[in-house]
Amino acid sequence: MVRTYLLLAWTWLRASAQYPGPLIMMVIGSFIVSGLDVAAIWVIFEHVGSLGGFDLAEVMFLYGAAGLSFALSDILFGNVERLSQHIKAGTFDTMLIRPAGAFVQMATDRFSVQRLGRLAQAAVVLAIALPQLGLPAGRAWMIPVMILCGTVIFASIFTLGGAMQFLLTDAPEVANAFTYGGSALTQYPLSVYGNELVKGVTFIVPLAFVNWQPALFVLDRPDPLGLPYWLRFAAPLAAVVLSVAAALAWRAGIRRYRSTGS
Amino acid sequence: MIELNRVGRSFTVGRRKARKTVHAVRDLSFTVEAGEFVGYLGPNGAGKSTTIKMLTGILAPTSGRIQVAGLDPTRRRMALARRIGVVFGQRTTLWWDLPLKDSFELVRHLYKVDQIDFRRRLAELTELLGLAEFMSTPVRQLSLGQRMRGDITAALLHDPAVLVLDEPTIGLDVVSKAAMREFLRHLNADRGTTVLLTTHDLGDIEKLCRRVMVIDHGHLAFDGTLDDLRATAPDEESMEGVVTRLYSG
Amino acid sequence: MRIAAYGFRRHSTYRAAAIAGAFTNTVFGILRAYVLIALWEARPGLAGYDIADAVTFCFLSQAFIGPMQVFGGGLEISERVRTGDVAIDLIRPASLQMWSLADDLGRAAYLFLLRSLPPTIVGAALFGLVVPIDPATWAFFLASFVLGVIVSFGWRYLIALSACWIIDDRGVQSLSLVMTFFFSGMVLPLNLFPGRLGTVAAALPWSAMVQVPADVYLGKRDVLEALGFQSAWAVALLLLGALVTRSARRKVVVQGG
Repeated sequence: MVRTYLLLAWTWLRASAQYPGPLIMMVIGSFIVSGLDVAAIWVIFEHVGSLGGFDLAEVMFLYGAAGLSFALSDILFGNVERLSQHIKAGTFDTMLIRPAGAFVQMATDRFSVQRLGRLAQAAVVLAIALPQLGLPAGRAWMIPVMILCGTVIFASIFTLGGAMQFLLTDAPEVANAFTYGGSALTQYPLSVYGNELVKGVTFIVPLAFVNWQPALFVLDRPDPLGLPYWLRFAAPLAAVVLSVAAALAWRAGIRRYRSTGS
Repeated sequence: MIELNRVGRSFTVGRRKARKTVHAVRDLSFTVEAGEFVGYLGPNGAGKSTTIKMLTGILAPTSGRIQVAGLDPTRRRMALARRIGVVFGQRTTLWWDLPLKDSFELVRHLYKVDQIDFRRRLAELTELLGLAEFMSTPVRQLSLGQRMRGDITAALLHDPAVLVLDEPTIGLDVVSKAAMREFLRHLNADRGTTVLLTTHDLGDIEKLCRRVMVIDHGHLAFDGTLDDLRATAPDEESMEGVVTRLYSG
Repeated sequence: MRIAAYGFRRHSTYRAAAIAGAFTNTVFGILRAYVLIALWEARPGLAGYDIADAVTFCFLSQAFIGPMQVFGGGLEISERVRTGDVAIDLIRPASLQMWSLADDLGRAAYLFLLRSLPPTIVGAALFGLVVPIDPATWAFFLASFVLGVIVSFGWRYLIALSACWIIDDRGVQSLSLVMTFFFSGMVLPLNLFPGRLGTVAAALPWSAMVQVPADVYLGKRDVLEALGFQSAWAVALLLLGALVTRSARRKVVVQGG
């Protein structure tokens, strides 16, 4: 599966490299578009010294970590969100007659470096924020773990959003509420949101484990909601559970797929 | 080689109050032996495409059993893909934005075709189908005839035992059509590849198929040789007349 | 009027997509509302808004995404420019620009019903929104809303026609998206923007799409000045559009597309 992924991704990459002009434009474009979110944070901190109890460097850290996870999962699996387009155009049928998983083919379809802009932008923010926090190694080890788990969680949400399109072929935008909505949610400390919402994204759609819970450990902060301490280490568990759910949903979707058109 | 046993496929259409069940295919049984060349006919909406999709593993049947090349298409979709070739006349199975030769190279990797076999077969098909001049052209820039030849090549590079063609001559000009038919005849006669072909072009049937199956309203209305088909309406002069009679009756 | 009705019907075939869009707009409205509440709790009265004003602004801006087509597109002609079919439209006796505008107003009316009302209602139920009592405010808001759609159309029409000269228009599209999104007030209310950035942002056409109609609704702005500002941009963009249409026609006639 990994081999097939790399093979397809590499082939698409080579094809897109034949037109470097638009490609570079699009990388820069995605860098700027995602930079707008940082501009918003900057405007907010022009007016306040802390948001939800977190200062600018801490918010940038939360933003950068979640942004990195989201960008990685978007590059690797984000194309799955185009499922409904493929179903409508009939190209999903042709994926099913090839001896490779439909998921891998979806994920690599038109694989391009365009989304690197977002990745670079998140990395820059994180690189600026980290030195200002002065973290000891005893807590900083969690950062790569949280970025990895966050990537798996977002990838699972992309997959769930794709699987949903087997049912809602005419309304793929619903998935955006969870994928891009999840990205927007994790850009700010969860302490700004209502308690019900935070509990929902802790125990139902586990977005809280993308950055919030592990970050409470990294920043050594008490949980404003007073949730159990061990949740800070539960990100790998959440990632595993959600990815299993996503895999099952995708398989169920394929099984009940009804090819339309002639 | 292909075996359908009381296969049915229904769809629920409409929403809430207007919901109803449509049987695209019902209680369909037939067998295609190795080496046969079978034409699969039927009016629009009769269930042809649904049958093809079930044979190739795209669509799961709601009832009955299917075996193609010894495999259950729904359960062993990927294993089956390595044993059959599929061509859709209406859409390409090639990668739209990639040059033809990159598409073939991908096929080689995906189907795990041995490098030597691959070179030999590609050279042979390139010669037979005249692909050389547009080998480096992206698929989206190919003419329909060129694209069809590319599609057929991609479907045969892994030397499948069965070739399933869904309206392969649709939209082709007279010359391309004749070349396509000649190629398919050669493939079946000299290499023994089993071919199942759906078409609306009765010329395809008359030139190629020893056996014809006609599907109508989801079940088999006729199954026999070309001569048997003519005999169903001896007073009709043309094949069109025979088939029209069969569709409406 | 007939064309607007046609635009309304044409878009009603995308009902599922519109409902899905409303759902997504509502989710984002809720998330953004919390951020704004946190900000206004720390700085009450910031930029002349209280918390209820800020939350209302947030849900109004989400409600505007559909009708004002904040993410770009929505025009049939952009696809026709890409395929070259626009040549046929350009040599017709009727004005392509006015025809498109009428069609777009129909589209906006449809999306107002399906994509603007649901987020606003959910927002009101969850957070409680400001509702003007003076019927005059509602009348002014309606006028400001329609002017906002016209400004939005004027801008998108220019972007769509730009593809007549630029071969790969994806760069222009994404630049337009950035400008519209940031300078309309979608990301944050423009009156939060510091110093000169705020002054410039308020003067640009994009503020006529979200910030100005929202302020008219909230009664935070002199109505005549606001409507005048929007009208000026609407006229300017439509005039520019007419000029561009004329040179596009000349290009088609001379070069044959």
